[in-house]
Amino acid sequence: MEMPAPNPAILAKRDRVLTQLAEILPAEALISDEAERRAYECDALTAYRCVPMAVVLPSTTEEVARILRICHDEKVPVVPRGSGTSLAGGALPTEDSIILGVARLRDVLEVDYADRIIRVQTGMTNLAVTGEVESDGFFYAPDPSSQLACAIAGNIAMNSGGAHCLKYGVTTNNLLGVTMVQMDGTVVELGGAHLDAAGYDLLGLICGSEGQLGVVTEATLRILPRPEGARPVLMGFDSSEVAGACVSDIIKAGVLPVAIEFMDRPCIRACEDFAKAGYPDCEALLIVEVEGSEAEIDEQLGLITQIARRHNPVELRESQSEDESKKIWLGRKSAFGAMGQINDYMCLDGTIPVSSLPFVLRRIGEMSKEFGLDVANVFHAGDGNMHPLILFDANKPGDLERCEAFGAEILKLCVEAGGCLTGEHGVGIEKRDLMAVQFAPEDLEAQMRVKDVFDPQWLLNPAKVFPLEVSAARRAA
Amino acid sequence: MRPASEEELSEMVRTAKGPMVVRGGGTRAIGRPVAGEVLETAGLSGISLYEPGALTLVVQAGTPLAEVEAALAKEGQRLPFEPMDMRALLGRDGEPTVGGMVAANASGPRRVQTGACRDSLIGLRFVDGSGAIVKNGGRVMKNVTGYDLVKLMAGSWGTLGVLSECSFKLLPVPAAEVTLVSAEVSPAEAVRLMSQALGTPYEVNGAARGADGRVALRIEGFAEQVSYRGAALRAALGGDWEVLESDASAELWRDIRNVRGFARAAGDVWRLSVRPSEAPDLVARADCPVVMDWGGGLIWALVAERRDLRASLGAFKGHATLIRGSEATRAAVPVFQPEAAPVAALAQGLRARFDPRGVLNPGLMG
Repeated sequence: MEMPAPNPAILAKRDRVLTQLAEILPAEALISDEAERRAYECDALTAYRCVPMAVVLPSTTEEVARILRICHDEKVPVVPRGSGTSLAGGALPTEDSIILGVARLRDVLEVDYADRIIRVQTGMTNLAVTGEVESDGFFYAPDPSSQLACAIAGNIAMNSGGAHCLKYGVTTNNLLGVTMVQMDGTVVELGGAHLDAAGYDLLGLICGSEGQLGVVTEATLRILPRPEGARPVLMGFDSSEVAGACVSDIIKAGVLPVAIEFMDRPCIRACEDFAKAGYPDCEALLIVEVEGSEAEIDEQLGLITQIARRHNPVELRESQSEDESKKIWLGRKSAFGAMGQINDYMCLDGTIPVSSLPFVLRRIGEMSKEFGLDVANVFHAGDGNMHPLILFDANKPGDLERCEAFGAEILKLCVEAGGCLTGEHGVGIEKRDLMAVQFAPEDLEAQMRVKDVFDPQWLLNPAKVFPLEVSAARRAA
Repeated sequence: MRPASEEELSEMVRTAKGPMVVRGGGTRAIGRPVAGEVLETAGLSGISLYEPGALTLVVQAGTPLAEVEAALAKEGQRLPFEPMDMRALLGRDGEPTVGGMVAANASGPRRVQTGACRDSLIGLRFVDGSGAIVKNGGRVMKNVTGYDLVKLMAGSWGTLGVLSECSFKLLPVPAAEVTLVSAEVSPAEAVRLMSQALGTPYEVNGAARGADGRVALRIEGFAEQVSYRGAALRAALGGDWEVLESDASAELWRDIRNVRGFARAAGDVWRLSVRPSEAPDLVARADCPVVMDWGGGLIWALVAERRDLRASLGAFKGHATLIRGSEATRAAVPVFQPEAAPVAALAQGLRARFDPRGVLNPGLMG
């Protein structure tokens, strides 16, 4: 993975830029000391690191606007950062960039249950948003695994998903409005507590643009009444392919669970050791969750287990208590962490049509043998969003490279099967150089034109999303 | 002009000598009047891929919507967002097409639960103003690969590109539906009831106040689920409710969706997207017959011809669009809500880059 060489002209004016920033920010909002800057050298994609020129932590939209105006006038690249949980390197700095973190933008600005909205500053974490409204029976639906730590700003930048988006959609489906600061310091309001755009859907364009079009400081989010109840059922199968076929049959049958999660044996073991969730010992496990009143849950689970029985499950068990349900989900949500304790791994995020699940799982198994690296699979099966974890040994020379090559092959397979490179983690730097696998030059050109409109100097979150050679002319201009 | 393939479409746009009026079925003719050669997409027709087991559909943009709906119904599935049919309201004939629906981001009462057309749209192909063929998104439900031009194109009324193919995620058609109907109530009482209903866990997916002032609340699901939820909702709201089931319920929502109450009435029709709690005040200021949908978030207003409704509303958060008005009115009154200067500059910048020669429905959106 290559990053552009730092621009010496920008490095040379570091002192001048820092002096200007110091004039408009309180002392604690500007980090210039090298040891402290080092804390921002990477996000959750820890294989790549780079210490930024400085870090700013503004606490108001107005401060963000002033910072960006200075950086714009001085032509200094800015890397927006939520909580730094990106698995795609979305918040990786360059040496000649300034990190703009939203960690101090944490206020709840408004909660309105009649209109079913919450307006927050975007440094607030995903789980804290739900925490703000849950005692009144509401919740914020998108629930990425990192929800304890990840910020709404990052959720919007990456259009984050989660386990329950089969029913509730992803961030873009739950985002009603934003206050955004453009690179030149202009503040724009898009959307609000009403639905849909007056003109072009710029809100939809901002969501998922990986912090390259503007810095979102405030967001109006849709909140939903909490369902009366929810219950997961565990289904064990003796092969991944059978589990995949079962998923397809459930969806075809007209039942729409809120979540259908998949894990294979290596993952089941790691999660079980970690969370003691009571997962069965089997090759492939599905966690299927439905919502409603007790009677409604019984009715839906009845249909679902009837379908599962046709696939000869080795285990079929409904959760018996709230406590058991919590453990089942804790196990699933700690999958990445649990795997990380026993192995180095690379987590992929390709999405495929649900109908291709059995074929793609089989091919990944074959490729695993070809590359000589094990794969653990954990993913959102209901929507085809896969998370193969390729296991490798970072201390073994050549293993990381082999792992990256294997990962690239899996993502190409996803695209060939009619899917895409990334379902919820984002492109960042990780999938940047694979974009040409999925997109023709005209497709990328159309996307880059949007960047030209919002950030004509290409200063925001540089060297991400678009392959370097494709964006070279624009970045140099 | 009527291209028979995406390649022909691309060639026609590339070699266009002047403005073109992009047309699907011609049933949603709104916006500032555009003069130019008509470019019809009806030749780009047919379902390219339909996978009921993956809840996904890929269809060419000129395909009649009726053909799509029939194919989905056979498998017990549907487009989740309940797209409006504008023919009766606008007094037009023709067949609504998939592309026209997407260009309008047409969404009906179920918008409050399952989202707008743009929320179910997962991929598309289009020809931009220079003739380049562009694809974005795909045919999977979760996809964050690159910028989301799918959302940008939905509701852009053919001013950024001509759609050639669209992909959707679908939902199963529930087995049963029930609608609770109140007596006539004021707009304020209606919004209070609708907000309360939408705040319950009973998954109300239609909340409207018809032209007759009665509130309607819809629940869909399995048969037992629907009867349980209907009863629970009535208990939560109190008061007397008439109960409509199956066909009677479906017909009521078709009428609300298509604003049938205003179809034969004389006057201009405006569509307002507002914050629900501000709706009663705006309805009072509009001082005209209204239909409210989306729990109060959507207001259809029937006003005297040529009246600029925005002048009576004053500043509000949301937007007003002139949907039905004579050509003269549409030329004189901004059809789409004027935008704040920095937002308008972004929109102008996008238009300049996606249609640099200004050949696609120029001026339609202002």
